[in-house]
Amino acid sequence: MENVYKKVDNIKFSLFSPQQIKKIANVKVVTPELYDKEGYPVEGGLMDTRLGVIDPGLRCRSCNGKLKECLGHFGYIELGRPVLHISYMKVIYIFLQSTCKDCSRLLLPEETIKRYAEKYEAYKKSGRLGGIQKINKVVRAATRGVHKCPHCKTKLETVKFEKPSTFYEETKRVTPIEILERFEKIPDIDCGLIGVDPVSARPEWMILSIFSIPPVTMRPSITLETGERAEDDLTHKLSDIVRINQRLFENINAGAPEIIVEDLWDLLQYHVTTFFNNDIAQVPPARHRSGQPLKTITERIKSKEGRFRHNLAGKRVNYAARTVISPDPKIELNEVGIPFLIAMELTVPERVTEWNLEWLKSFVANGPKKYPGANYVLDGMKKKKISPETQEVILNELIPGQVVERHLLDGDVAIFNRQPSLHRMSIMCHKLRVLPGKSFRLNPSVCNPYNADFDGDEMNLHIPQTEEARAEAEILMEVETQIMSPKHGLNVIGCIEDAVTGNYLLTDENTVLPKSDAIPLLLSIGFDDIEKLKNFKKNVTGREIFSALLPEDMNFVYENVVIENGKLIAGQIDPKTIGEGNGTLLRDIHRKYTEEQCVQLFGYIFKLGIAYLMRRGFTIRTADADIPEEIRAKAKAVITTAMEEVDDIVAQYAQKKLKPFSGKTMEETVELNVMQKLNEARNAVGKLISKSVSEDNNAIIMSRAGKGNILNLAQTSVLVGQQVLRGKRIEKGYKNRTLSLFKENDRGPEARGLVRHSYKKGLNPVEFFFHAMTGRDSLMDTALRTPKSGYLYRRLANALQDLKVEYDGTVRDANDMVIQFAYGEDNIDVSRSENGTIDIKKIIEEASRKK
Amino acid sequence: MIDELAKQYEGKLPAPLLDEVKKETRKVKLTKDQLERVFKNLEEKYLYAKIQPGEAIGIVTAESFGEPGTQMTLRTFHFAGVAEVNVTLGLPRLIEIFDARKEPSTPLMHIYLKKPHNKDKKNLERIIAQIKEIKMHEVLSEISINLLKLNIEFVFNKTRMRELGIQEEETVKAVKDMLKTVDMSVKDSVYIVAPKTKEGEATSTLPLLYTLKEKIKAVKIKGIIGVTEVIPKMEDDEIILLATGANLKEVFKVEEVDYTRTTTNHLFEVSKNLGIEAARQIIIDEASKVIQEQGLDIDIRHIMFIADLMTSRGDIKGVTRSGITEHKESVLARASFETPIRHLINASLKGEVDYLKSVVENVMINQPIPLGTGMPKLVVKGTGSSEK
Repeated sequence: MENVYKKVDNIKFSLFSPQQIKKIANVKVVTPELYDKEGYPVEGGLMDTRLGVIDPGLRCRSCNGKLKECLGHFGYIELGRPVLHISYMKVIYIFLQSTCKDCSRLLLPEETIKRYAEKYEAYKKSGRLGGIQKINKVVRAATRGVHKCPHCKTKLETVKFEKPSTFYEETKRVTPIEILERFEKIPDIDCGLIGVDPVSARPEWMILSIFSIPPVTMRPSITLETGERAEDDLTHKLSDIVRINQRLFENINAGAPEIIVEDLWDLLQYHVTTFFNNDIAQVPPARHRSGQPLKTITERIKSKEGRFRHNLAGKRVNYAARTVISPDPKIELNEVGIPFLIAMELTVPERVTEWNLEWLKSFVANGPKKYPGANYVLDGMKKKKISPETQEVILNELIPGQVVERHLLDGDVAIFNRQPSLHRMSIMCHKLRVLPGKSFRLNPSVCNPYNADFDGDEMNLHIPQTEEARAEAEILMEVETQIMSPKHGLNVIGCIEDAVTGNYLLTDENTVLPKSDAIPLLLSIGFDDIEKLKNFKKNVTGREIFSALLPEDMNFVYENVVIENGKLIAGQIDPKTIGEGNGTLLRDIHRKYTEEQCVQLFGYIFKLGIAYLMRRGFTIRTADADIPEEIRAKAKAVITTAMEEVDDIVAQYAQKKLKPFSGKTMEETVELNVMQKLNEARNAVGKLISKSVSEDNNAIIMSRAGKGNILNLAQTSVLVGQQVLRGKRIEKGYKNRTLSLFKENDRGPEARGLVRHSYKKGLNPVEFFFHAMTGRDSLMDTALRTPKSGYLYRRLANALQDLKVEYDGTVRDANDMVIQFAYGEDNIDVSRSENGTIDIKKIIEEASRKK
Repeated sequence: MIDELAKQYEGKLPAPLLDEVKKETRKVKLTKDQLERVFKNLEEKYLYAKIQPGEAIGIVTAESFGEPGTQMTLRTFHFAGVAEVNVTLGLPRLIEIFDARKEPSTPLMHIYLKKPHNKDKKNLERIIAQIKEIKMHEVLSEISINLLKLNIEFVFNKTRMRELGIQEEETVKAVKDMLKTVDMSVKDSVYIVAPKTKEGEATSTLPLLYTLKEKIKAVKIKGIIGVTEVIPKMEDDEIILLATGANLKEVFKVEEVDYTRTTTNHLFEVSKNLGIEAARQIIIDEASKVIQEQGLDIDIRHIMFIADLMTSRGDIKGVTRSGITEHKESVLARASFETPIRHLINASLKGEVDYLKSVVENVMINQPIPLGTGMPKLVVKGTGSSEK
């Protein structure tokens, strides 16, 4: 198709008038039949080929377009009797209440109408919708309960609305015909005052006398395997309408008794109602033969699977791939490894020029089956598939101006994404690396922004197809531009796991490697600055090895870590310097050097950690969880005292000596006191352990650089601690007790979920049960939280999506209303700041260093 | 010297940054060159950190809350400093704030006291008694329905009344004021209440008496409506009162209360009594509290941003379909959020026009969105082939 360079400027919403319905229609539908005996669409039926085509091979008789060329055309039917549109019931009711049944004027004195009308016109001119709304409200209220028309002095009855679609005046039914007649006479200005724009929605248009038939293309039938045709729900409903309408006509023309006509009329109203909305409380939903309700217009539009959220706000794309992910620490941070299979399926369109002709020819020559090849060649509007038969011809015809869709190569741009895409780092731009295997490979450091792990996660990959898209992806979405999170201005990418532990151990004061080990170590990670290696002495300290990676003009001070002129002088590298979230060293590098240098340096540091750890070896053993006997005794003493204290509190409670907190019951007071005591005990134990364990304990090393914390060690070696369920000690279970082996009303520590043993020693059955309870509770918490926070996020995103920073620095919404005069009051972009600020101390320090 | 330099950079750098740099540079001795370099570097850094036009800052803010939202706990209650009072925190509280609920689930006031009283425990009891709502049932030792006589009898708990400093007369008056249709008499300190009998009618039925009994129990005798608990607490060497329930207007009337500092977590109460700017600050404070308590790190700018948006129309609008989204100009943007049918129907009646100025509408019709790189409206005039 030819490209059309037009822009939609605005979309106006209004009602169709009967005349318009007829005007846009191409067909008057006269029969409920769909196909004739040969299976060909009946003329004047609902599948008339003038309404559009859904079969390949047929041509539309209205526009002569083939399938997919013809968008479809509307038809119409004339209804035997008018029916009400269900969605406008409330408005019809308001009109009936507010206008005279005889003269159709608004039930207000002439002067009042005039006064309001003037205001209305003024507001309309100035575009003040709020003012109009106010008038509408006042007018609607003022006309309520008027029993005599101020214009023609007719006595009026109160109009009653009986859901879903009948109106009564006293006991007499007001038929749609009467309503139509009344509404036609309402002057335009009266409509405006009631709150309906007469240009776009005359009240009589809410009553259907001409019914619009939607094109076939929006209700295609499906051919089943058996060759049978299954019609769309809408077609079913439409044929109901047409059939009943026909019977209505027949009966009216035959002069059938009014009661029969009215029954048919009601039936027609029912069918038209369910055609628009099949989910109305008072109306039994129209069903399939199988009993499942039909999906009609309203159901198509609304909810998550409806047209708006499913098809319009979310779209499907081509040139995408999805597979399982797995880690590869050897590829760079900004790379993604893709399997050959995918590299040969997805393509990049490359325009042939005289300079790349030969190069592209080599792709075409390889064909679709051999990597690196090409799948298609685009010649103008024609798309030629490369196959063994066509290959030669295409190759010879390849001239500048054509486009070759070639296979993916290393270094191509791709967009990589993992759901749920909660923040902008969930979709980043990577450079491709075609690798053997069948999974996507990614550097473990980018797991954090994607929140990915490798327990079977799958991710999506998209290949941008235009130069513009590639440029935007590379400049705005590359991994290295996303290192700093806009949430808090800290780095989301950093060293994890082995890389941290490795660097931590490497930069220990006492780590020394012989030159013969140090050089291969650095070479193995791809480091090739020979000059620096030359300076190594016979024995190289770990810090010297680490320093070799750093640029010579690097200066850095954080806590103990001091780097001067690219030399790590003091301190040990740990998660605080190179980890996720607070890697101060990484942030300094990111700020100071270019993005390429930054990625390279990140890669070196990461790989050095892993390489060193691999060389050194690192593991944890059961003995690491052993605590010296004296500490164990001390810890035991702490726990015992705490338990005694708890028993004491419980005893006080039993003797009713305990003083309750105001506003709390006795029981709650006991619980609060006990919880406090046990918490104190656990913290005390934690402190004891962290003081006592020797420096070379592997678990301690892990907790400092790598995974876990001291609490994990405490739980493994001394005690697991109090199990907390919903912020309280465990209390649910049997009557007045947690488990049947306890006495009733036992408030002691063991009976309420204190786990005294350690993981290493093992939990007793009761403890195990309590522990399982809290484990289950936290699972529940996660399961319940996800949809709640998801909805909050959706609402926030919807409310905030059109707010942007303008060129004048103000933050405005889509209507240019100012929300903030300066973003965040100082115009600082959080993702370019240092945890939300600019580090002035650092600037001063840097300035004072130079003379 | 420093001030001179600072003066030069006024307008180029935001005031807080300038203040900080002035303060910090005074601490260290720097030569003129170094000072100049500090300012120059600072400006450079600031220009780098400055937000770029077109930045879709709304979405960034939404993401900054949406992503950590998945990490928050649902475990709601937490103690507000003292063990007796607990407040909703965590995700439910955050939702409550952004929804702009008319009533928070745990309304709370932090009542500060004026100078002599905030250190002095002497008058504390009396002040609390003025604030805390005392209901009838707290001062009764007995209340019952007399089935034979079809009336209600109650006895005052004299010791409790003395503790609370309540006179019997004022209590009786309160009951009489509240319930105008009852007869009341005293006999040996037993009060007898019966509904006023109209001529000839036997009005006292059992269900009626029962509701009357409950009504009597709920009669307010003293204090401020809605304030069920008042607890003193030490904070930074002064006594403050924590009160459950929110009724700023009445609390401000209490003489000893320092109304310049007293706050509540009830957004609408603040907005009504202290104005929209104060409400904005409360939204920021309350949201920050939740985030801090959860151990999360979300930049203050994001919180401020949402607070600004919620209050930008002069009253508090929640982040809901009836709040901020309702006020969007675009029909399609509203329809794509919630209740699409309603929005389409109403749009057709009013003949609304969607000018496609915001994001979703343009996504829907496959046009570039007016944010970021889609914002500039430059058109290049073609001059034909460049070769000639």
